[in-house]
Amino acid sequence: MATKSLKARANALAESNTQLDILNGGIFANGELPFFKDKIDAIGQFPLRPKKLEILQINVGYMCNQVCEHCHVDAGPDRKEIMTRETMSQCLDVIRNTGAHTLDLTGGAPEMNPDFRWFVEEAAKAGIKDFIVRSNLTIIRANKKYYDLPEFFKKHNVHVISSMPHYTRGKTDKQRGEGVFDKSIKALQELNAVGYGLPDSTLRLDLVYNPSGAFLPGDQMAMEKDFKKALKEDFDIVFHNLFAITNLPIARFLDYLIASENYEDYMYALVEAYNPAAVANVMCTNTISISWDGWLYDCDFNQMLGLKVASKVKHIKDYNEELLANRDIIISQHCYGCTAGAGSSCQGTVT
Amino acid sequence: MANSYYDSADLRKFGKITEWSEELGTKFFDYYGKVFEEGALSAREKSLIALAVSHVVKCPYCIDAYTKDGLQKGITKEEMMEAVHAGAAIESGATLVHGVQMMNKYDKLSM
Repeated sequence: MATKSLKARANALAESNTQLDILNGGIFANGELPFFKDKIDAIGQFPLRPKKLEILQINVGYMCNQVCEHCHVDAGPDRKEIMTRETMSQCLDVIRNTGAHTLDLTGGAPEMNPDFRWFVEEAAKAGIKDFIVRSNLTIIRANKKYYDLPEFFKKHNVHVISSMPHYTRGKTDKQRGEGVFDKSIKALQELNAVGYGLPDSTLRLDLVYNPSGAFLPGDQMAMEKDFKKALKEDFDIVFHNLFAITNLPIARFLDYLIASENYEDYMYALVEAYNPAAVANVMCTNTISISWDGWLYDCDFNQMLGLKVASKVKHIKDYNEELLANRDIIISQHCYGCTAGAGSSCQGTVT
Repeated sequence: MANSYYDSADLRKFGKITEWSEELGTKFFDYYGKVFEEGALSAREKSLIALAVSHVVKCPYCIDAYTKDGLQKGITKEEMMEAVHAGAAIESGATLVHGVQMMNKYDKLSM
Protein backbone atom coordinates (compact mmCIF):
# COMPACT_ATOMS: atom_id res chain seq x y z
CA MET A 1 0.00 0.00 0.00
CA ALA A 2 1.33 3.46 -0.94
CA THR A 3 2.29 5.75 1.89
CA LYS A 4 2.51 8.89 -0.23
CA SER A 5 -0.03 10.83 -2.25
CA LEU A 6 -0.02 10.69 -6.05
CA LYS A 7 1.14 14.29 -5.90
CA ALA A 8 4.20 13.46 -3.77
CA ARG A 9 4.97 10.56 -6.09
CA ALA A 10 4.72 12.97 -9.07
CA ASN A 11 2.22 10.55 -10.61
CA ALA A 12 0.60 11.82 -13.81
CA LEU A 13 -2.85 11.27 -12.27
CA ALA A 14 -2.11 13.95 -9.69
CA GLU A 15 -2.92 16.36 -12.54
CA SER A 16 -6.63 16.98 -12.97
CA ASN A 17 -6.22 17.45 -16.73
CA THR A 18 -4.78 13.96 -17.10
CA GLN A 19 -7.76 12.58 -15.21
CA LEU A 20 -10.22 14.51 -17.36
CA ASP A 21 -8.52 13.29 -20.53
CA ILE A 22 -9.07 9.72 -19.37
CA LEU A 23 -12.68 10.36 -18.35
CA ASN A 24 -13.48 12.05 -21.66
CA GLY A 25 -11.46 9.74 -23.89
CA GLY A 26 -11.12 5.97 -24.37
CA ILE A 27 -14.36 4.00 -24.29
CA PHE A 28 -16.40 7.22 -24.25
CA ALA A 29 -14.62 8.96 -27.12
CA ASN A 30 -14.85 5.86 -29.33
CA GLY A 31 -18.60 5.59 -28.81
CA GLU A 32 -18.54 2.32 -26.85
CA LEU A 33 -20.21 4.05 -23.91
CA PRO A 34 -22.43 7.16 -24.00
CA PHE A 35 -21.28 10.49 -22.58
CA PHE A 36 -23.05 11.53 -19.36
CA LYS A 37 -24.22 14.68 -21.10
CA ASP A 38 -26.15 12.63 -23.69
CA LYS A 39 -27.72 10.43 -21.03
CA ILE A 40 -29.13 13.37 -19.07
CA ASP A 41 -30.03 15.25 -22.24
CA ALA A 42 -32.30 12.32 -23.13
CA ILE A 43 -34.37 13.00 -20.00
CA GLY A 44 -34.36 16.77 -20.42
CA GLN A 45 -31.88 17.40 -17.61
CA PHE A 46 -29.10 18.98 -19.65
CA PRO A 47 -27.73 21.41 -18.69
CA LEU A 48 -27.93 20.24 -15.11
CA ARG A 49 -29.11 23.12 -12.93
CA PRO A 50 -29.01 23.70 -9.17
CA LYS A 51 -32.12 23.64 -7.00
CA LYS A 52 -32.37 25.31 -3.61
CA LEU A 53 -29.00 25.44 -1.85
CA GLU A 54 -29.10 23.20 1.22
CA ILE A 55 -25.51 22.23 1.95
CA LEU A 56 -22.28 24.18 2.21
CA GLN A 57 -19.43 21.70 2.08
CA ILE A 58 -16.08 23.13 3.10
CA ASN A 59 -12.86 21.27 2.49
CA VAL A 60 -10.48 22.67 5.12
CA GLY A 61 -7.38 20.97 3.69
CA TYR A 62 -5.99 17.90 2.00
CA MET A 63 -3.69 16.86 4.85
CA CYS A 64 -4.63 13.51 6.36
CA ASN A 65 -3.10 10.97 8.73
CA GLN A 66 -4.14 8.19 6.34
CA VAL A 67 -3.35 7.39 2.71
CA CYS A 68 -6.43 5.43 1.69
CA GLU A 69 -6.17 3.57 -1.56
CA HIS A 70 -9.49 4.85 -2.87
CA CYS A 71 -9.17 8.53 -1.85
CA HIS A 72 -10.56 10.90 -4.48
CA VAL A 73 -8.85 13.81 -2.72
CA ASP A 74 -5.40 12.20 -2.95
CA ALA A 75 -5.06 13.24 0.68
CA GLY A 76 -2.18 12.25 2.93
CA PRO A 77 0.39 13.42 5.47
CA ASP A 78 2.44 14.99 2.68
CA ARG A 79 -0.34 17.30 1.44
CA LYS A 80 0.25 20.86 2.57
CA GLU A 81 -2.90 22.50 1.21
CA ILE A 82 -4.54 23.85 4.36
CA MET A 83 -7.27 26.46 4.75
CA THR A 84 -6.02 29.61 6.49
CA ARG A 85 -7.85 31.50 9.21
CA GLU A 86 -8.39 34.31 6.73
CA THR A 87 -10.29 32.03 4.32
CA MET A 88 -12.14 30.52 7.27
CA SER A 89 -13.27 34.04 8.23
CA GLN A 90 -14.60 34.54 4.72
CA CYS A 91 -16.42 31.20 5.07
CA LEU A 92 -17.89 32.29 8.42
CA ASP A 93 -19.37 35.41 6.80
CA VAL A 94 -21.05 33.13 4.29
CA ILE A 95 -22.18 30.62 6.95
CA ARG A 96 -23.84 33.42 8.96
CA ASN A 97 -25.86 34.57 5.96
CA THR A 98 -26.52 31.45 3.94
CA GLY A 99 -29.92 29.95 3.23
CA ALA A 100 -28.35 26.50 3.52
CA HIS A 101 -29.39 24.35 6.49
CA THR A 102 -26.33 22.09 6.55
CA LEU A 103 -22.66 22.83 7.03
CA ASP A 104 -20.38 19.94 6.12
CA LEU A 105 -16.66 20.04 6.97
CA THR A 106 -14.40 17.66 5.16
CA GLY A 107 -10.76 17.17 4.14
CA GLY A 108 -8.27 15.41 4.38
CA ALA A 109 -8.69 14.95 8.06
CA PRO A 110 -10.34 18.28 8.92
CA GLU A 111 -9.13 17.97 12.52
CA MET A 112 -5.53 18.35 11.33
CA ASN A 113 -6.09 21.94 10.27
CA PRO A 114 -4.46 24.00 13.07
CA ASP A 115 -7.46 26.35 13.16
CA PHE A 116 -10.04 23.58 13.07
CA ARG A 117 -11.26 24.03 16.64
CA TRP A 118 -11.50 27.79 16.34
CA PHE A 119 -13.45 27.39 13.12
CA VAL A 120 -15.87 24.86 14.65
CA GLU A 121 -16.45 27.08 17.69
CA GLU A 122 -17.19 30.10 15.53
CA ALA A 123 -19.29 28.20 12.99
CA ALA A 124 -21.35 26.53 15.75
CA LYS A 125 -22.42 30.02 16.89
CA ALA A 126 -24.04 30.67 13.50
CA GLY A 127 -26.87 28.36 14.56
CA ILE A 128 -26.92 26.27 11.41
CA LYS A 129 -29.33 23.33 11.72
CA ASP A 130 -27.06 20.43 10.87
CA PHE A 131 -23.32 20.84 11.44
CA ILE A 132 -21.36 17.89 10.08
CA VAL A 133 -17.71 17.00 10.53
CA ARG A 134 -16.44 14.12 8.40
CA SER A 135 -14.00 12.33 10.65
CA ASN A 136 -11.90 9.38 9.59
CA LEU A 137 -12.05 8.05 13.20
CA THR A 138 -8.37 7.07 13.43
CA ILE A 139 -7.44 10.73 13.89
CA ILE A 140 -9.10 10.54 17.33
CA ARG A 141 -6.51 7.91 18.31
CA ALA A 142 -3.61 9.29 16.25
CA ASN A 143 -2.16 11.60 18.88
CA LYS A 144 -2.89 12.65 22.45
CA LYS A 145 -3.90 16.11 21.30
CA TYR A 146 -6.87 14.56 19.50
CA TYR A 147 -8.06 12.26 22.33
CA ASP A 148 -10.65 14.80 23.53
CA LEU A 149 -12.27 15.19 20.10
CA PRO A 150 -15.40 13.21 21.07
CA GLU A 151 -15.99 15.66 23.96
CA PHE A 152 -15.22 18.61 21.70
CA PHE A 153 -17.70 17.40 19.07
CA LYS A 154 -20.30 16.88 21.77
CA LYS A 155 -19.79 20.35 23.20
CA HIS A 156 -20.59 21.92 19.84
CA ASN A 157 -23.32 19.44 18.94
CA VAL A 158 -21.42 18.38 15.85
CA HIS A 159 -22.93 15.66 13.69
CA VAL A 160 -20.14 13.12 13.16
CA ILE A 161 -20.00 11.19 9.90
CA SER A 162 -17.26 8.61 9.76
CA SER A 163 -15.86 6.25 7.20
CA MET A 164 -15.99 2.54 7.92
CA PRO A 165 -15.49 0.43 4.82
CA HIS A 166 -16.35 -2.86 6.46
CA TYR A 167 -17.10 -4.48 9.77
CA THR A 168 -14.24 -6.91 9.33
CA ARG A 169 -10.59 -6.09 9.98
CA GLY A 170 -9.13 -7.48 6.74
CA LYS A 171 -11.21 -5.47 4.32
CA THR A 172 -10.86 -2.25 6.27
CA ASP A 173 -7.09 -2.42 6.62
CA LYS A 174 -6.61 -3.37 2.98
CA GLN A 175 -8.30 -0.20 1.84
CA ARG A 176 -7.21 2.21 4.55
CA GLY A 177 -3.97 0.84 5.99
CA GLU A 178 -2.70 -1.50 8.67
CA GLY A 179 -4.22 -0.93 12.11
CA VAL A 180 -6.99 1.34 10.85
CA PHE A 181 -9.71 -1.11 11.82
CA ASP A 182 -8.69 -1.43 15.48
CA LYS A 183 -8.24 2.33 15.86
CA SER A 184 -11.60 2.99 14.22
CA ILE A 185 -13.32 0.54 16.55
CA LYS A 186 -11.75 2.22 19.57
CA ALA A 187 -12.75 5.67 18.31
CA LEU A 188 -16.34 4.54 17.73
CA GLN A 189 -16.48 3.13 21.26
CA GLU A 190 -15.26 6.47 22.59
CA LEU A 191 -17.89 8.34 20.60
CA ASN A 192 -20.53 5.98 21.98
CA ALA A 193 -19.17 6.55 25.49
CA VAL A 194 -19.92 10.29 25.35
CA GLY A 195 -23.38 9.63 23.94
CA TYR A 196 -22.85 9.61 20.16
CA GLY A 197 -24.92 7.19 18.11
CA LEU A 198 -27.12 5.92 20.94
CA PRO A 199 -30.67 5.13 19.78
CA ASP A 200 -32.38 8.21 21.25
CA SER A 201 -29.36 10.49 21.29
CA THR A 202 -29.43 13.85 19.53
CA LEU A 203 -25.69 13.41 19.04
CA ARG A 204 -25.72 12.04 15.50
CA LEU A 205 -23.21 9.42 14.49
CA ASP A 206 -23.49 8.08 10.96
CA LEU A 207 -21.13 5.80 9.11
CA VAL A 208 -20.07 5.91 5.50
CA TYR A 209 -19.54 2.67 3.65
CA ASN A 210 -17.74 2.70 0.36
CA PRO A 211 -16.66 -0.45 -1.43
CA SER A 212 -13.08 -1.59 -0.99
CA GLY A 213 -12.51 -2.44 -4.62
CA ALA A 214 -13.80 -2.16 -8.17
CA PHE A 215 -17.45 -2.83 -7.43
CA LEU A 216 -20.53 -0.80 -6.58
CA PRO A 217 -22.11 -0.60 -3.14
CA GLY A 218 -24.99 -2.93 -2.40
CA ASP A 219 -28.37 -1.97 -1.03
CA GLN A 220 -27.89 0.70 1.64
CA MET A 221 -30.58 -0.64 3.98
CA ALA A 222 -29.29 -4.20 3.81
CA MET A 223 -25.71 -3.04 4.42
CA GLU A 224 -26.84 -0.94 7.38
CA LYS A 225 -28.53 -3.99 8.87
CA ASP A 226 -25.37 -6.09 8.45
CA PHE A 227 -23.12 -3.35 9.87
CA LYS A 228 -25.38 -2.75 12.86
CA LYS A 229 -25.60 -6.42 13.71
CA ALA A 230 -21.87 -7.09 13.38
CA LEU A 231 -20.66 -3.95 15.18
CA LYS A 232 -23.13 -4.50 18.02
CA GLU A 233 -22.37 -8.19 18.47
CA ASP A 234 -18.61 -7.98 18.07
CA PHE A 235 -17.78 -4.62 19.65
CA ASP A 236 -20.94 -3.34 21.36
CA ILE A 237 -20.93 -0.32 19.00
CA VAL A 238 -24.09 1.51 17.95
CA PHE A 239 -24.62 4.20 15.31
CA HIS A 240 -27.53 5.88 13.57
CA ASN A 241 -27.39 5.53 9.79
CA LEU A 242 -25.12 3.98 7.22
CA PHE A 243 -24.54 5.87 3.97
CA ALA A 244 -23.48 3.71 1.04
CA ILE A 245 -21.29 5.80 -1.25
CA THR A 246 -20.04 4.84 -4.70
CA ASN A 247 -16.34 5.35 -5.38
CA LEU A 248 -15.87 7.84 -8.21
CA PRO A 249 -13.11 7.30 -10.77
CA ILE A 250 -10.97 10.19 -9.57
CA ALA A 251 -7.40 10.50 -8.24
CA ARG A 252 -6.23 7.43 -6.30
CA PHE A 253 -9.33 5.36 -7.08
CA LEU A 254 -8.83 6.08 -10.78
CA ASP A 255 -5.17 5.13 -10.41
CA TYR A 256 -6.21 1.88 -8.72
CA LEU A 257 -8.79 1.09 -11.43
CA ILE A 258 -6.26 1.58 -14.20
CA ALA A 259 -3.41 -0.25 -12.45
CA SER A 260 -5.64 -3.24 -11.62
CA GLU A 261 -7.09 -3.27 -15.17
CA ASN A 262 -10.58 -2.70 -13.82
CA TYR A 263 -11.21 0.76 -15.31
CA GLU A 264 -13.29 -0.29 -18.33
CA ASP A 265 -15.37 -2.84 -16.45
CA TYR A 266 -16.00 -0.32 -13.69
CA MET A 267 -17.16 2.35 -16.12
CA TYR A 268 -19.39 -0.21 -17.84
CA ALA A 269 -20.86 -1.09 -14.45
CA LEU A 270 -21.51 2.59 -13.65
CA VAL A 271 -23.14 3.26 -17.00
CA GLU A 272 -25.18 0.06 -16.81
CA ALA A 273 -26.41 1.03 -13.35
CA TYR A 274 -27.36 4.56 -14.54
CA ASN A 275 -30.65 5.48 -12.91
CA PRO A 276 -32.44 8.44 -14.49
CA ALA A 277 -34.46 8.88 -11.28
CA ALA A 278 -31.25 9.68 -9.39
CA VAL A 279 -30.32 12.60 -11.68
CA ALA A 280 -32.82 15.04 -10.19
CA ASN A 281 -31.36 14.62 -6.70
CA VAL A 282 -27.62 14.45 -7.25
CA MET A 283 -25.84 16.42 -4.57
CA CYS A 284 -24.43 19.10 -6.86
CA THR A 285 -28.02 20.33 -7.23
CA ASN A 286 -28.19 21.33 -3.55
CA THR A 287 -24.55 21.79 -2.55
CA ILE A 288 -21.72 24.26 -2.96
CA SER A 289 -18.24 22.91 -2.35
CA ILE A 290 -15.52 25.28 -1.11
CA SER A 291 -11.84 24.40 -1.37
CA TRP A 292 -9.08 25.10 1.16
CA ASP A 293 -8.10 28.18 -0.85
CA GLY A 294 -11.65 29.52 -1.14
CA TRP A 295 -12.61 28.50 -4.68
CA LEU A 296 -16.16 27.34 -5.34
CA TYR A 297 -17.15 24.08 -6.99
CA ASP A 298 -20.31 22.11 -7.77
CA CYS A 299 -19.09 19.24 -5.58
CA ASP A 300 -15.99 17.86 -3.88
CA PHE A 301 -15.31 15.68 -6.93
CA ASN A 302 -15.30 18.64 -9.31
CA GLN A 303 -13.02 20.34 -6.80
CA MET A 304 -10.48 17.55 -7.16
CA LEU A 305 -10.80 17.72 -10.95
CA GLY A 306 -10.13 21.47 -10.84
CA LEU A 307 -13.54 22.32 -12.33
CA LYS A 308 -14.55 25.63 -10.73
CA VAL A 309 -18.21 26.67 -10.87
CA ALA A 310 -19.42 28.08 -14.16
CA SER A 311 -20.50 31.36 -12.61
CA LYS A 312 -19.27 34.94 -12.43
CA VAL A 313 -18.76 34.18 -8.75
CA LYS A 314 -15.93 31.72 -8.41
CA HIS A 315 -14.40 32.56 -5.04
CA ILE A 316 -15.69 32.76 -1.47
CA LYS A 317 -14.61 36.41 -1.25
CA ASP A 318 -17.20 37.27 -3.92
CA TYR A 319 -19.82 34.79 -2.66
CA ASN A 320 -23.35 35.53 -3.81
CA GLU A 321 -25.95 32.83 -3.39
CA GLU A 322 -28.36 34.32 -5.89
CA LEU A 323 -25.79 34.53 -8.67
CA LEU A 324 -24.53 31.03 -7.89
CA ALA A 325 -28.05 29.62 -8.13
CA ASN A 326 -28.08 30.76 -11.73
CA ARG A 327 -25.39 28.48 -13.12
CA ASP A 328 -24.99 25.32 -15.15
CA ILE A 329 -23.40 22.45 -13.24
CA ILE A 330 -20.22 21.13 -14.81
CA ILE A 331 -20.36 17.43 -15.64
CA SER A 332 -18.12 14.72 -17.00
CA GLN A 333 -18.13 10.93 -17.01
CA HIS A 334 -17.29 10.70 -13.28
CA CYS A 335 -20.87 11.89 -12.71
CA TYR A 336 -22.09 8.38 -13.55
CA GLY A 337 -20.84 7.51 -10.05
CA CYS A 338 -23.57 9.64 -8.47
CA THR A 339 -26.40 8.29 -10.66
CA ALA A 340 -25.64 4.56 -10.39
CA GLY A 341 -28.25 2.35 -8.78
CA ALA A 342 -29.97 4.15 -5.95
CA GLY A 343 -27.70 7.14 -6.57
CA SER A 344 -24.84 8.29 -4.39
CA SER A 345 -24.00 11.44 -2.47
CA CYS A 346 -22.18 12.48 0.68
CA GLN A 347 -25.50 11.74 2.42
CA GLY A 348 -25.80 8.28 0.86
CA THR A 349 -28.40 7.22 -1.70
CA VAL A 350 -30.56 9.87 -3.38
CA THR A 351 -33.63 7.96 -4.52
CA MET B 1 -13.45 -14.41 -34.24
CA ALA B 2 -11.90 -14.46 -30.82
CA ASN B 3 -9.28 -17.17 -30.47
CA SER B 4 -10.67 -18.39 -27.18
CA TYR B 5 -14.10 -19.78 -26.35
CA TYR B 6 -14.52 -17.57 -23.31
CA ASP B 7 -13.96 -13.80 -23.37
CA SER B 8 -14.66 -11.96 -20.11
CA ALA B 9 -15.85 -8.93 -22.10
CA ASP B 10 -18.71 -11.10 -23.45
CA LEU B 11 -20.42 -10.97 -20.05
CA ARG B 12 -21.22 -7.29 -20.68
CA LYS B 13 -22.98 -8.36 -23.90
CA PHE B 14 -25.26 -10.90 -22.20
CA GLY B 15 -28.27 -8.60 -22.64
CA LYS B 16 -27.77 -8.71 -26.40
CA ILE B 17 -29.20 -12.24 -26.63
CA THR B 18 -32.56 -10.48 -26.62
CA GLU B 19 -31.77 -8.94 -30.02
CA TRP B 20 -32.15 -12.28 -31.77
CA SER B 21 -35.25 -13.35 -29.89
CA GLU B 22 -36.88 -10.46 -28.19
CA GLU B 23 -39.82 -12.27 -26.60
CA LEU B 24 -37.83 -15.12 -25.09
CA GLY B 25 -34.92 -12.90 -24.10
CA THR B 26 -37.20 -10.41 -22.36
CA LYS B 27 -39.10 -13.16 -20.60
CA PHE B 28 -35.84 -14.69 -19.42
CA PHE B 29 -34.42 -11.44 -18.04
CA ASP B 30 -37.72 -10.56 -16.36
CA TYR B 31 -37.75 -13.96 -14.73
CA TYR B 32 -34.08 -13.73 -13.80
CA GLY B 33 -34.51 -10.33 -12.21
CA LYS B 34 -37.54 -11.49 -10.25
CA VAL B 35 -35.78 -14.60 -8.95
CA PHE B 36 -33.03 -12.56 -7.32
CA GLU B 37 -35.27 -10.05 -5.61
CA GLU B 38 -35.64 -10.08 -1.84
CA GLY B 39 -38.23 -12.76 -1.01
CA ALA B 40 -38.63 -15.56 1.51
CA LEU B 41 -34.87 -15.80 0.99
CA SER B 42 -32.80 -12.64 1.22
CA ALA B 43 -31.01 -11.30 -1.86
CA ARG B 44 -27.81 -12.06 0.04
CA GLU B 45 -28.71 -15.74 0.52
CA LYS B 46 -29.69 -16.06 -3.13
CA SER B 47 -26.39 -14.53 -4.19
CA LEU B 48 -24.51 -17.23 -2.28
CA ILE B 49 -26.65 -19.97 -3.80
CA ALA B 50 -25.98 -18.49 -7.25
CA LEU B 51 -22.25 -18.46 -6.52
CA ALA B 52 -22.28 -22.12 -5.48
CA VAL B 53 -24.28 -23.13 -8.56
CA SER B 54 -21.97 -21.05 -10.79
CA HIS B 55 -19.12 -23.27 -9.70
CA VAL B 56 -21.06 -26.49 -10.07
CA VAL B 57 -22.10 -25.62 -13.62
CA LYS B 58 -18.56 -24.29 -14.16
CA CYS B 59 -19.67 -21.04 -15.75
CA PRO B 60 -16.81 -18.51 -15.73
CA TYR B 61 -19.17 -15.63 -16.52
CA CYS B 62 -21.40 -16.56 -13.59
CA ILE B 63 -18.42 -16.90 -11.26
CA ASP B 64 -17.22 -13.39 -12.21
CA ALA B 65 -20.73 -11.99 -11.85
CA TYR B 66 -21.54 -13.54 -8.48
CA THR B 67 -18.15 -12.91 -6.93
CA LYS B 68 -18.69 -9.24 -7.74
CA ASP B 69 -22.31 -9.42 -6.59
CA GLY B 70 -21.15 -10.93 -3.30
CA LEU B 71 -18.62 -8.14 -2.78
CA GLN B 72 -21.35 -5.59 -3.49
CA LYS B 73 -23.55 -7.22 -0.90
CA GLY B 74 -20.75 -7.21 1.70
CA ILE B 75 -20.42 -11.00 1.67
CA THR B 76 -17.07 -12.08 3.08
CA LYS B 77 -14.60 -14.35 1.31
CA GLU B 78 -15.06 -16.97 4.05
CA GLU B 79 -18.79 -17.06 3.30
CA MET B 80 -18.12 -17.27 -0.43
CA MET B 81 -15.69 -20.17 -0.04
CA GLU B 82 -18.11 -22.05 2.21
CA ALA B 83 -20.79 -21.66 -0.45
CA VAL B 84 -18.40 -23.07 -3.08
CA HIS B 85 -17.70 -26.03 -0.80
CA ALA B 86 -21.43 -26.62 -0.33
CA GLY B 87 -21.75 -26.82 -4.11
CA ALA B 88 -18.67 -28.98 -4.44
CA ALA B 89 -19.85 -31.35 -1.70
CA ILE B 90 -23.16 -31.91 -3.47
CA GLU B 91 -21.37 -32.40 -6.74
CA SER B 92 -18.92 -34.94 -5.33
CA GLY B 93 -21.74 -36.56 -3.36
CA ALA B 94 -23.67 -36.91 -6.59
CA THR B 95 -20.70 -38.75 -8.06
CA LEU B 96 -20.15 -40.91 -5.01
CA VAL B 97 -23.77 -41.89 -4.51
CA HIS B 98 -23.51 -43.60 -7.90
CA GLY B 99 -21.00 -45.84 -6.16
CA VAL B 100 -24.05 -47.64 -4.75
CA GLN B 101 -25.16 -48.41 -8.29
CA MET B 102 -21.70 -49.79 -8.97
CA MET B 103 -21.88 -51.92 -5.82
CA ASN B 104 -25.35 -53.18 -6.75
CA LYS B 105 -24.24 -54.11 -10.24
CA TYR B 106 -21.06 -55.71 -8.95
CA ASP B 107 -22.99 -57.81 -6.47
CA LYS B 108 -25.58 -58.80 -9.05
CA LEU B 109 -22.97 -59.96 -11.51
CA SER B 110 -20.87 -61.76 -8.96
CA MET B 111 -21.46 -65.26 -7.65
